[in-house]
Amino acid sequence: MTTESDERGESKSTVNVGRRVFLGVAGLGALGVAFGNSVQNFLGDAFGSGLGGLLPGGDRFRIYSITGSYPKITRDKYRLKVSGLVDHPTTFTLAELQSMPKTSFTKAFQCVTGWRVPDVHWEGVKLSDILDRVGVQSGAVAVSFDSYDHADTESLSLDQARLHDVIVAYSMLGAPVTTEHGGPVRLYVAPMFGYKSLKWLSGIRVVDVVEPGFWEQNGYPVNGWLDGTTGPNNPDPGLT
Amino acid sequence: MSLIQAPAKSLQVLRFDRVQRGAHWVNALLFFSLMFTAIPLYFGSFFGVVFPRHLIEMIHLWSGLALPLPIIVSLIGPWGVAMRRDVRRINYWTHEEIRWMRTLGKSRLDADKFNPGQKLNAIFVGVSILVMLVTGAMLQWFRFFPVPWRSGATFVHDVFAYAIFFVVIGHIVMALTHREALRSIFKGSVSRSWAERHATRWLREEQSDRTRQ
Repeated sequence: MTTESDERGESKSTVNVGRRVFLGVAGLGALGVAFGNSVQNFLGDAFGSGLGGLLPGGDRFRIYSITGSYPKITRDKYRLKVSGLVDHPTTFTLAELQSMPKTSFTKAFQCVTGWRVPDVHWEGVKLSDILDRVGVQSGAVAVSFDSYDHADTESLSLDQARLHDVIVAYSMLGAPVTTEHGGPVRLYVAPMFGYKSLKWLSGIRVVDVVEPGFWEQNGYPVNGWLDGTTGPNNPDPGLT
Repeated sequence: MSLIQAPAKSLQVLRFDRVQRGAHWVNALLFFSLMFTAIPLYFGSFFGVVFPRHLIEMIHLWSGLALPLPIIVSLIGPWGVAMRRDVRRINYWTHEEIRWMRTLGKSRLDADKFNPGQKLNAIFVGVSILVMLVTGAMLQWFRFFPVPWRSGATFVHDVFAYAIFFVVIGHIVMALTHREALRSIFKGSVSRSWAERHATRWLREEQSDRTRQ
């Protein structure tokens, strides 16, 4: 409290409301940074991700593209070329992928920058099933991925590629993968941050060395494990 | 002629000096830049539009980093006298003003240059700029922060963006419906009769300042 006198000589005490509101709102902001994640998870659990998607800051995808546009590939024209150290180099159509054993599960999509979409339904083919189909040769240690955007690349060690929740996905959120989400076919690497789940998958190359992908060349960890370590149940493939 | 003009001039009271007007419009320009670039960044997935995302990101980032500058520059230095005085007005409230705010304008008010609603708006926008700057920086340079903090910063940046959007829309609606007050952010002054109706205490202080000089 300070005291000022106006020109009539009356003493008027004043309150520094500015400081109070400032500290209050800044404090709310700080609490939001510290606990916003827990609040969002609680709201997501309590009301389901459908409502969460409507709330500001709710569970929503933020669409990133390296090139600034989305490659448009029709479902008929789509081809997945599998090559490299394999016994039978094969080019799959979408129908051929869909005729293979189907894997589906519901898992969150977690971006390395912080946003997260819980309870996303994924459906596709296990990457390990595709690798088994083409026959991986001895000497192979890793898998490299290419995108129809001709810009993004990714890689996984063979051990990582064979995890049960690493899939070549053609369905997402209960519908065919949309163009903006990387359709018709994208990668989904459940135990890692979103940047590992390459969009508009065009090619799989089995190789003898881990080739750091686009985001890794820009400073992201090659092993994008969600917990920031070598993964909960997975062996460290010896990469950084 | 001079007999007519001289009293006419004294019927005007300076509300915002050049520095304040300049700071306001640079600030407004940056706000619009931030809001318009935020729309595709935020809702891009809804519209499914193709746009040069990286360019828009850079405009958003630099506009955000520049946002505090007009305020800081207008506050410091010998040109910042009026601005500093107004910040003080906005921060320090009389008990009458607090009561007026609590009763949502129903109690008596010996109005200052800004009414308590305007003061609250200014304080909120001021602190929000800081919150947006800090959380925005956390999203840009996320590597230095643990993942739950990044999620929290995203959450806070989103919620505050909505709040600021509605507050600024409210600010613009109020401005457009109060033409004389609006004129003062372009031309600087308001009429004495406006001040007598809307800012009695301020007008008294301005007059006593002038008699002292």
